[in-house]
Amino acid sequence: MTLLDFARGPAFQASVLILIAGSAWRVVAMVLLRRKPQFAAPRHGLPARVGGGAATILSRFAPRRAFWPRIAVSVVLSATFHIGLAIIIFGGAPHILLIRQLTGLTWPSLPKGVIVIVSGVTLASMIALLIRRLNHPVLRLLSTADDYLSWLLVFLPVLTGILLSGETIGGYATLLALHILSVELMMIWLPFGKLMHAGLVFAGRGLMGMNFSRKGAAT
Amino acid sequence: MQNADDNENDDNTLGAMLAARGIGRRSLLKFAIAMASSLALPPGVAPLMAANLAKAKRRSVIWLSFQECTGCTETLLRSSSPTIEQLIFDFISLDYQETLMAAAGAAAEKTLRDAIAANKGEYLLAIDGSIPTKDSGVYSLTGGRSNLDMLKEIAADAKAILAIGTCAAYGGIPKAFPNPTGAVGVEDLVSNKPIINIPGCPPVPEVLSGVLAYFISFGKLPDLDERKRPLAYFGATIHDQCYRRAFYDQGKFAHSFDDEGARQGWCLFELGCKGPTTHNACASLKWNNGTSFPIQSGHGCIGCSEPDFWDAGSFYTSLAGGSATGWRNAGVAAAVGIAAGAAAALAARNKSRPDPEDKP
Repeated sequence: MTLLDFARGPAFQASVLILIAGSAWRVVAMVLLRRKPQFAAPRHGLPARVGGGAATILSRFAPRRAFWPRIAVSVVLSATFHIGLAIIIFGGAPHILLIRQLTGLTWPSLPKGVIVIVSGVTLASMIALLIRRLNHPVLRLLSTADDYLSWLLVFLPVLTGILLSGETIGGYATLLALHILSVELMMIWLPFGKLMHAGLVFAGRGLMGMNFSRKGAAT
Repeated sequence: MQNADDNENDDNTLGAMLAARGIGRRSLLKFAIAMASSLALPPGVAPLMAANLAKAKRRSVIWLSFQECTGCTETLLRSSSPTIEQLIFDFISLDYQETLMAAAGAAAEKTLRDAIAANKGEYLLAIDGSIPTKDSGVYSLTGGRSNLDMLKEIAADAKAILAIGTCAAYGGIPKAFPNPTGAVGVEDLVSNKPIINIPGCPPVPEVLSGVLAYFISFGKLPDLDERKRPLAYFGATIHDQCYRRAFYDQGKFAHSFDDEGARQGWCLFELGCKGPTTHNACASLKWNNGTSFPIQSGHGCIGCSEPDFWDAGSFYTSLAGGSATGWRNAGVAAAVGIAAGAAAALAARNKSRPDPEDKP
C-alpha cells in the first residue's frame, strides 16, 4: 500500500469516524451540562429571543466601533483567511469532487489559478496572525498549545495544497498524499480543540444572543 | 560484456550484417537518432550510438513468458521503430520465445538449453508475466517446470534482466487481491542481477525498443528511477505530458463521458483519470505508430504501469476522492460519541453540585 492509498483509504475512513464521534461527544456533552437556573422573568418572549439570537450572529461579524482601532488588523487578517479558506474548500475542483462523492452535491469550480492566488493570500494572512500572536503581550499570555496546534493544523493543508497545485517539491502522488493526510490530521483534532468553532460558532452566538435578549441586553 | 572496439573488424558485427542486407550507415544513423531522441539523450550521442551499434555483435535474448496474457508479446510485435523483424533479425538474437518460435516441446527445450550454454553470462533475460510462488510455484509450469525454478536457474547466468509489463515488474493483475497464486514480480525474487522494469499493461513497445538499443549500443542499462524504470520514459507523469493538462489548470472538467466537457476534450480528472500519479510515456510516444493513447480516445488513464494498480480503487473514482466509510460505520461512530458525551456530562453534573445560592 502506497502512502496515497493509505491516505485515501484507512486514514480517511478513520479520520471521518473520529470526526463524527468526537463532534457527537462534544455537542452532547455541552448540551447536557448543568446550567444555572434562570429565576428572573424573561424580558421578551421566545420569538423576540430567537430574533435576538439571529441579530447577535450577524452583529458579531463586525466589532464595536470603539474597539475597531485596536483590533482592526486582526479582524481584517482573520476575515481574509477565513474567507480564503471558504473559497479554497468550496471553490477548488478536487474539493468539490470529494464533496460530490460523499454527498452527491456539486457546483461549478473556480479556475486553479484563482485557488492558488487565494491560497497564497490565506497563507500570508495566517503567518501575519501568528506573528501578531507571538508579539502581542496579552495575546501571547492568553495563547495555549491548542491555539498553536489549531493554527498549524489549518496552515499545513493550505501549504501542502499550494505545493500540490504547482507540484514544486516531490511528485504529485507524494504531495497529494501529504495534503490529504494534513487535512485528516485537522479533521481528527477538530472536535477536541478550538477548531470546533467551525461547527459551533453560529450556534454559540445564537444561544448567547437569545440569552442577552431574555435579559433585555443589547444583541 | 561485449567490447564494441574488439569487434570493429569482425564480419559478424551488426554493421557488417546490416551492410550485407543493404542497410547503410545513414539508415543506422537515422535509427540511432530516433532512439537517442526517445531516450532523451543529447543529440551528439546519436553518432556514437550508431557507431557502437555497427561494431556490436547481436545480443542473445532469452524471453520467458510466465503467468501472463501474451499482451506484452503482442505489444512488442507492434513496435513501430524498429519493427519486431528488425529487432529479431538485426539488433538482437531472440533465441527463445515460446509464442514466436517455430520449435515446440523437446525441440524448444533444447533450444533454450543451447542458447543458455552458448551465451552464458552474456544473454539478456526478458520476462513477461508474474511468478507464482505459492505451493512451490505449481500454478504456472512450462515443460513441467515451475516458473519459479526456471527464473532462478536462468537468471543466474544472465547479463541483465528485462521485466516486461506490470506483471513481471510488480506482480500485476495476478498479484491483485486475493492473489491466489502468491504472484510476485521479478525483483522480488532476483536481487543479484541488474534488473530494468518496463511496466505497463501492456508496456509501450517503443520503450522496449529504446532500452534494447541503448543496451546494445552502450553495454549497460540506461538510467533508472527508484522503481528500476528507465528515467527517459518514466521520469514524468502522464498528467505532466497530457495535452489536456491546460484544461486541468483552468478547472475545465468533463463530468461524464457524454457531456459537453467530454465533447470539448476537457480534463478527465473527475472521471477517475490516474494520469497525475502514473509514470509512463503513453502521452508522448502514444500507441499504434503515435496515433493515440487512452486519454486522447476519451478515457482516463487507469494507472496500469504503477504497482498494485488493480487494487487502488475504482478506475472511475477521482484521485481527489477517498474510500467512504459507509453510513453504518458513521452511525456507530455517532452513537459512540453520543454515549461518551452523555457519560461525560453526567460525570460533570455529579461532580458539580448546584450552588445553594441558586435556590429561589
